[in-house]
Amino acid sequence: MATIPTTASGIAAAIASKQISAREVIDSYLAQITARETDIHAFNLVTADAARAHADAIDADIAAGRPIGPLAGVPIAIKDNLCTHGIETTCSSKILEGWKPPYDATVVSRLRDAGAIMVGKTNLDEFAMGSSTENSAFGPTRNPLDTSRVPGGSSGGSAAAVAAGFAPVSLGSDTGGSIRQPAAMCGVVGVKPTYGLVSRYGLCAYASSLDQVGPFATTVADAALITEAIAGHDAMDSTSIPQPAPALVASVSQGVAGMRIGRVTDLPAGAEPEVIARLNEAFAALESAGATIVDITLPSLSYALTAYYLIAPAEASSNLARYDGVRYGLRVNAVDTNSMYGATRAAGFGDEVKRRIMLGTYALSAGYYDAYYGKALKVRRLIAEDFERAYAQVDVILTPTSPVVAFPFGDKVDDPMAMYLCDIYTIPTNLAGHPAMSVPFGTGAHGMPVGIQVLAPALGEAPMFRVGGALENAAGGVK
Amino acid sequence: MSPSGTPISAADVAKVARLARLDIDEANVAHFTEQLAKVMGHFSDIDALDLSGVGPMTQPFPLVNVLREDVEQPCLDTDEVLAAAPSSDQRRFRVPPIIGLDD
Repeated sequence: MATIPTTASGIAAAIASKQISAREVIDSYLAQITARETDIHAFNLVTADAARAHADAIDADIAAGRPIGPLAGVPIAIKDNLCTHGIETTCSSKILEGWKPPYDATVVSRLRDAGAIMVGKTNLDEFAMGSSTENSAFGPTRNPLDTSRVPGGSSGGSAAAVAAGFAPVSLGSDTGGSIRQPAAMCGVVGVKPTYGLVSRYGLCAYASSLDQVGPFATTVADAALITEAIAGHDAMDSTSIPQPAPALVASVSQGVAGMRIGRVTDLPAGAEPEVIARLNEAFAALESAGATIVDITLPSLSYALTAYYLIAPAEASSNLARYDGVRYGLRVNAVDTNSMYGATRAAGFGDEVKRRIMLGTYALSAGYYDAYYGKALKVRRLIAEDFERAYAQVDVILTPTSPVVAFPFGDKVDDPMAMYLCDIYTIPTNLAGHPAMSVPFGTGAHGMPVGIQVLAPALGEAPMFRVGGALENAAGGVK
Repeated sequence: MSPSGTPISAADVAKVARLARLDIDEANVAHFTEQLAKVMGHFSDIDALDLSGVGPMTQPFPLVNVLREDVEQPCLDTDEVLAAAPSSDQRRFRVPPIIGLDD
């Protein structure tokens, strides 16, 4: 049997050229899941039988000379807040346990059309609310690099699945850093595309003006490949940008000669010293690759956390009103509908979801709307204007992804504010609607990986991937 | 202190829980009040900003009405949708009485 390539592009090429069968690839990844999933708990559901059947169908297509998709035979793990037709989708919440959606998310159907094979649905913080995957109703995911530590969150299962070799690529969703932060903590690549570049149809909504679907991968080129496959206009999402998917893979190897990279001189404090050391090494590496480092200021950045933790819960309080025990999921029976709603939601939602629903309801309630939600929306504008001024001077901006490396379980779970501070560098991008990615760049405290974040203006995926590719090249040389 | 000038109270938490249709017992009201007060305490940082003349930003990009041609499209299968419901009857979602028996 030929060696199984470790990248999505390598797998697709080997299968298309008949060096290896789709079935051999899927069996190899399923064997890795069998070997380590008990320790990691990346998945809420492993769809092994369906994955083998899909692989066999691809092999039959190849044998018969029928056309195959560009990702034919590539195993992929899907975050369990993306709807999969007839396959349980839980958002890691008891309120949706057992729910089988009557339709596929657009990203799921696009990947299937491209020939990718779903291996399972990955664990997350309940309804994507969290930064450690400890808020899952079905138990936490463990970091494959050190199982005493969290994988980050909320897409911790998708990050861990790629880091553990359960799939070469996966999908997550990113509302305030939920792709980039776990990517950084698990030592893989994670991308949050421009708001509207990837369809949100079939993504269980958390905060609709911030949510975006994106990939995890072991290489920057694979992340670009999956972004290409899921991007592009979708009539089922009214915020979908009416443009075809951009070509991005070629950008990865273009280099950074002549590019202007922003260094934020007033970056909010709080990052571990090793994280700042890796960031400085990243600037040096890009400079020696031909880029120019330009100092910029983003004076409103430190207020992003407050704006986010008012806006996202406000939107969540409205979005999660749909989980009421009427049309799907859990119902706790009661004498009338009002009692049924209250009892169902109390039994079905975990504490963090309840906190955010209450926070959002409070921020939107009569007498407090102007003081909280209204103010937060104005701060959001200031942050977007800060970025606009900065991008007049630079092509991309470099910051840490997470201020801290992966932390031990239980460290922050009872202190919501400490947990929220993990998102301080990732949140501003979501508020502005811009793309950003995390690229592994050496290690920090306890030998855990550090991620460097590349931020770009709206639809700036091409320059973002150029810098991502250069960082990946340079990362081999750092500690 | 919060931007509104007063910290969130247990009565506020009990009220928003009711508004949000979340049954929460007294012990949990106290627990959530403490946690939410700490989070909202952090939010006073934006009081330092001069926001006069700044317009609210609700979306990353301006929203536009999206319309399609008024032609029939396939839609979700009714039986499949109802099969996922906790209770259904005569091809409809079934719920307990809307007017409470006590009211």
